[in-house]
Amino acid sequence: MSAKTTTAKKASAKKAAAEKAHPMEGLLRMDRIPHIWCPTCGIGTTVSCFISALQQIETPLEKVCVVSGIGCTGRVAGYIKLDSFHTTHGRAVPFATGLKLANPELKVVVFSGDGDLIAIGGNHFIHAARRNVDITVICVNNFNYAMTGGQVAPTTPLTAKTSTSPYGCYEQPFNIPYLAECCGAVYVARWTALHIRRQTKSMIEALNKPGFSVVEVITPCSTLYARRNKLGDGLNLMKFYHESAEIRHGADTRDLDITFQEKIICGKFVDRERPTCLEALEARHDKVLGDKYVKYGGVREDD
Amino acid sequence: MKADPQGVLTGAHYLDGDHACCEGALAAGCRFVAGYPITPSTEVVERFAARIPLVGGIFIQMEDELASSIAILGAAWAGAKAMTVTSGPGLSLMMEHVGLAAMLETPCVFVDVQRGGPSTGLPTLPGQADMMQARWGSHGDYEIIALSPNSPQECFDLMINAFNLSEQYRVPVFFMMDECVGHMTEKVVIPEADEIEIYPRRFSAKPPSEYLPFESTEDLVPDIVKAGDGYRFHVTGLTHDEQGYPVMSAQCQEGLVRRLVDKIRKNADEIVLYKELDIKDAEVLVLSYGISQRVSLRGIEMAKKKGIKTGLFRPVIVWPFPEKRLKQLAKKVKAIVVVEMNYGQIYYEVERLVGSAVNVVLVPHGGGTVHDPEDICDAIVGAVK
Repeated sequence: MSAKTTTAKKASAKKAAAEKAHPMEGLLRMDRIPHIWCPTCGIGTTVSCFISALQQIETPLEKVCVVSGIGCTGRVAGYIKLDSFHTTHGRAVPFATGLKLANPELKVVVFSGDGDLIAIGGNHFIHAARRNVDITVICVNNFNYAMTGGQVAPTTPLTAKTSTSPYGCYEQPFNIPYLAECCGAVYVARWTALHIRRQTKSMIEALNKPGFSVVEVITPCSTLYARRNKLGDGLNLMKFYHESAEIRHGADTRDLDITFQEKIICGKFVDRERPTCLEALEARHDKVLGDKYVKYGGVREDD
Repeated sequence: MKADPQGVLTGAHYLDGDHACCEGALAAGCRFVAGYPITPSTEVVERFAARIPLVGGIFIQMEDELASSIAILGAAWAGAKAMTVTSGPGLSLMMEHVGLAAMLETPCVFVDVQRGGPSTGLPTLPGQADMMQARWGSHGDYEIIALSPNSPQECFDLMINAFNLSEQYRVPVFFMMDECVGHMTEKVVIPEADEIEIYPRRFSAKPPSEYLPFESTEDLVPDIVKAGDGYRFHVTGLTHDEQGYPVMSAQCQEGLVRRLVDKIRKNADEIVLYKELDIKDAEVLVLSYGISQRVSLRGIEMAKKKGIKTGLFRPVIVWPFPEKRLKQLAKKVKAIVVVEMNYGQIYYEVERLVGSAVNVVLVPHGGGTVHDPEDICDAIVGAVK
């Protein structure tokens, strides 16, 4: 084969590849790619799983909304090609609450990080769980505040080093599945960024579950958390997940504490029924007001 | 368009300002309220909680004011007309989302029934010291609109304006009541629904492929869409381009923030609303708003008895400030006496505008009760001495 033919073939293959759409293109804002996440960051993997889940649910995609707070994971809303809202730090959940209650037809997903959801947004998280607002929360937990340079978070394992815990974290971290279950979440699962299929399946289940559902995904932050704790690169972290993740469906959420570089228990822990916030509201008003009750179905087209 | 009759309680009523404010919101088409209890504003949400299941809409008591102030933004993006209600300490917490509402150009209304501050201050007693917070409270540059009612009737009437302005200009609108106006009970006449003019949401008619969420249009206010209609739009609190995508550049900042500011400043002549009394031959002009304006009437009466021709100028819409009209009036009078329940907020605005042309005098008051009309009279007399 002549050099010329090879070059032509290569060029044509390249052209074909360029013309072939990315399988997730319809749900990604391709005009915003490349994204801002670091190489080996787990957020991209989680986004891929989420898109894959979206492609497998029956809800029309124009009715799905993504709401994010602030931080590395807060940027997710900006890359997913749906009605998407990049809000304020910690407040994605109450924004989502307003969005959902004002238009119950929408399927509302909060996609944010551990600091955003559990520290500054902790109060909103527990109250949305208590009310059983019909939203899905995907919590990317990378054990630190990565966007601002790797500070200690309410999820940082004891003894782990961060820029603001230079001698090691000494505060007990939150166990997110336990917190979610205690406060009333109807669906709670945890996976690592390594668990692609299982993570996707949990997202599908969570999306299909009426009520407050939570999927926690433990993700690597090799730029900050792993570097400061000398845990190696992205591949080392994946190996660590492979070795230390233990699947235990239905485990008691009290036993799910994450300790530094020890076992990470994964699985689906909670899947139960409880009236959603709106169902409870409507049932109550219906019972007390009877015919006088005017049910709200969101904004009509003729309004 | 005309008001939805479902929300209009047509007839003559005996209501306090808080209840009238709630009825005004319902008549204006507000169908979503998120609130958190705080004196002296709670009656607004109490009434809304009782009324809304009969009208069709949502009330939710959130876990705090941070949540309330962003839940309304979520509801607005779902297409609903939405408001939250609070008093000073709550307003301080809401500032985060005043900024977000300004940045996302989200129509919404913030009701502030003012009490004495700072901090917890005087929970059950009046103040007017949040006027500058309403204008500048959140970080960064933006413009808002703020109204100041002085009676229960106006709490009803001006709520319609508040919602209409928020829709027309896509800005957070502040409804700056005070404890006296909130808790005084007077006759309130609510008209028929077809007598109430409603500014509908400016939903875009463009198809998704042509729609730009933050397009710089001639009137500087882009058309909006709502979630769930297939536009697949993105909004962010980051500095963004016309498409709504974040762009971290001085150029993009200039384009966006300049428009956020200009859409109010350049339309100020259309927006301003004020009332005047006896200004024709006035040598002194009293400038006041809210409950202080009503107290000022007594002070003016007393000054007139002492032979001083005194007029009244009242900004009904306080922000944007009626600059042009004030400058005209300042040429005609010897002094302007500003009566407000704080130690100088609107006073400094007046001084900035006309301080070089006319003597501007403040009658300060820390709040807790209204001014003594004697003090207002003395200031009027003193101003022309």
